[in-house]
Amino acid sequence: MSAATETALGLTESKGVGARIAKFVIYAGLFTVFAGPLLALLVGSFNHVSDPTQLSVVPKTPTLDNFRIAFDHGVLRYLLNSFFVVGFGLLLQVAVSVLAGYALARKKFPLMTLVMVAILATMMLPEEILALPLTLVLADLPLVHLNLMGTLAGMIVPLGAWAFSILVMTEFMKDVPPELEEAARIDGAGELRIFGQIILPLCKPALGVIGVFGFTMIWDQYLLPLLVAQNSSAYTLPLALRTLRIDQAVTPGVVLAASLLALLPSVLVFLFF
Amino acid sequence: MSVREAAPVTVPAHAAPAPTGQLQRSRRSGQWWVPWLFLAPALVLFVYFKFIPMAQAIGMSVQEVRPYLGNTWVGGANYTEILSSEGFRSAAWNTVVLAVGQTFGSMVLGFCLALLVEGQTRKLTFIRSAAFLPVVVPLAVVAELWRIMYHPTGDGLINQLIGLVGLGPSGFINDPHTSLASIAVTGIWRGAPYDMMIFLAGLAGIDRGLYEAATVDGASTWKRILHVTLPGLRPVFAILFVLAAVRGFRTFTEVFLLTNGGPNGSTEVVMTLIYKLGLEQSRLGVGSAGAVLLFAATLVLTVCVQLLRRRRSA
Repeated sequence: MSAATETALGLTESKGVGARIAKFVIYAGLFTVFAGPLLALLVGSFNHVSDPTQLSVVPKTPTLDNFRIAFDHGVLRYLLNSFFVVGFGLLLQVAVSVLAGYALARKKFPLMTLVMVAILATMMLPEEILALPLTLVLADLPLVHLNLMGTLAGMIVPLGAWAFSILVMTEFMKDVPPELEEAARIDGAGELRIFGQIILPLCKPALGVIGVFGFTMIWDQYLLPLLVAQNSSAYTLPLALRTLRIDQAVTPGVVLAASLLALLPSVLVFLFF
Repeated sequence: MSVREAAPVTVPAHAAPAPTGQLQRSRRSGQWWVPWLFLAPALVLFVYFKFIPMAQAIGMSVQEVRPYLGNTWVGGANYTEILSSEGFRSAAWNTVVLAVGQTFGSMVLGFCLALLVEGQTRKLTFIRSAAFLPVVVPLAVVAELWRIMYHPTGDGLINQLIGLVGLGPSGFINDPHTSLASIAVTGIWRGAPYDMMIFLAGLAGIDRGLYEAATVDGASTWKRILHVTLPGLRPVFAILFVLAAVRGFRTFTEVFLLTNGGPNGSTEVVMTLIYKLGLEQSRLGVGSAGAVLLFAATLVLTVCVQLLRRRRSA
């Protein structure tokens, strides 16, 4: 039938000069509003921006000074801190979720429903609300009496408890046909072999999902690292942006350069996955 | 090799009198502790970093917390104090205004965006990706960038732009009258593309035959959207509403970085207030009471929306 029914508005199919101009204006507007500020950030980080009024999408005074000054102010260290936290945090989160998902999806045991509900209930607990008491726990871990405040480890270990990843893994592992597992068991495969060589390789798409979402979540974290870090040597890059901005000797261009470094990893992950 | 192969064969022979159900279970689940072993890391981490902190938040909210001196039971005093304080009430009001503004702003704009960029052409895919970029940018970067764009003098970036249509200059985040709205605009800029993507997924699920039927019946584009598209997206609206509202209640980062509650407390939200109570004033008891109230509000909202949806669909 008529092609106009393919989309709700039928914009794609509208022809004629007027419609074309209207569409161009709309899409150019959209691009300007949503990508424009990021373009200004990109341009600003490679140009002299000595005060906020010089922010522009037109390159005028190309330079790499912003990055040089940013690195003089320890941005490399903050970047490495960020990578350390996201690397080990994601590793821990994925490992914990995969193991828990295996038990919840492939096993039947008493109290299973209770465990599942308890884990899922934490999705309702925004981490911002738990942040303050969490720092008290981190300052003196129950039973082992370790103080993780001021350390990167203190930012990493809480990341292991992430219900979303467990939910995704559980739902995905449920769909692996039981016959595969039975066959492996009859062939004498042990529990770890079934988990590692049968179930896990079949869950690559789910691993990709929890990997990408986990990365974005950890990279975007703010309040918890802020509370745990205590002093700037343990800051991650997003935290350091504020420190740079408050520093009177640092121009907005330097803040923009550091911002560019802080947004690149998550944008790259988005573009490639 | 041979022993392993023989095992499944010989076991049923020996266990012939035993009910087959038990055999089935032992084969499928193995030892009883195996699932617990797999769950152990998750359970330990959830207890340490979710359940103990939650219990501690509730515990501290009914105590006066005094480091090194021991806590004393004060019952509801913390709640009374925080509920009667002018600061908390205005923070709660600001939080609700900001959450409502961002939620509806993002949903309306996200819906319009989704309608505009729905389609299969390569150009539209490019526009969609570009429009989605703000969502993947860390919130801290968004806040620092908008801080520069909101520069309050006439030659700040946004002031220059609104100057082109004869508006401004505005103080934006530096003016108590516009500060909260400015934060909401920043939030909508980052929230709308996210909603757009969810709406696009919803739009893809709408039956094309309904559009066709509406067109054949002579319905205008406007009527088609009103009577076919919107009803088809109802579940999407419900999900987005809960997600956005819960996100709105716990807003911290953008407010902390853009205004830190100022100027004059005009943008103080519950989370920035709790942060200040807990960290800067070490009033952990009162801060925890605020956190528990915020959690209760989130819970009530989610449950209400779920109940409404049940009744709708029943």
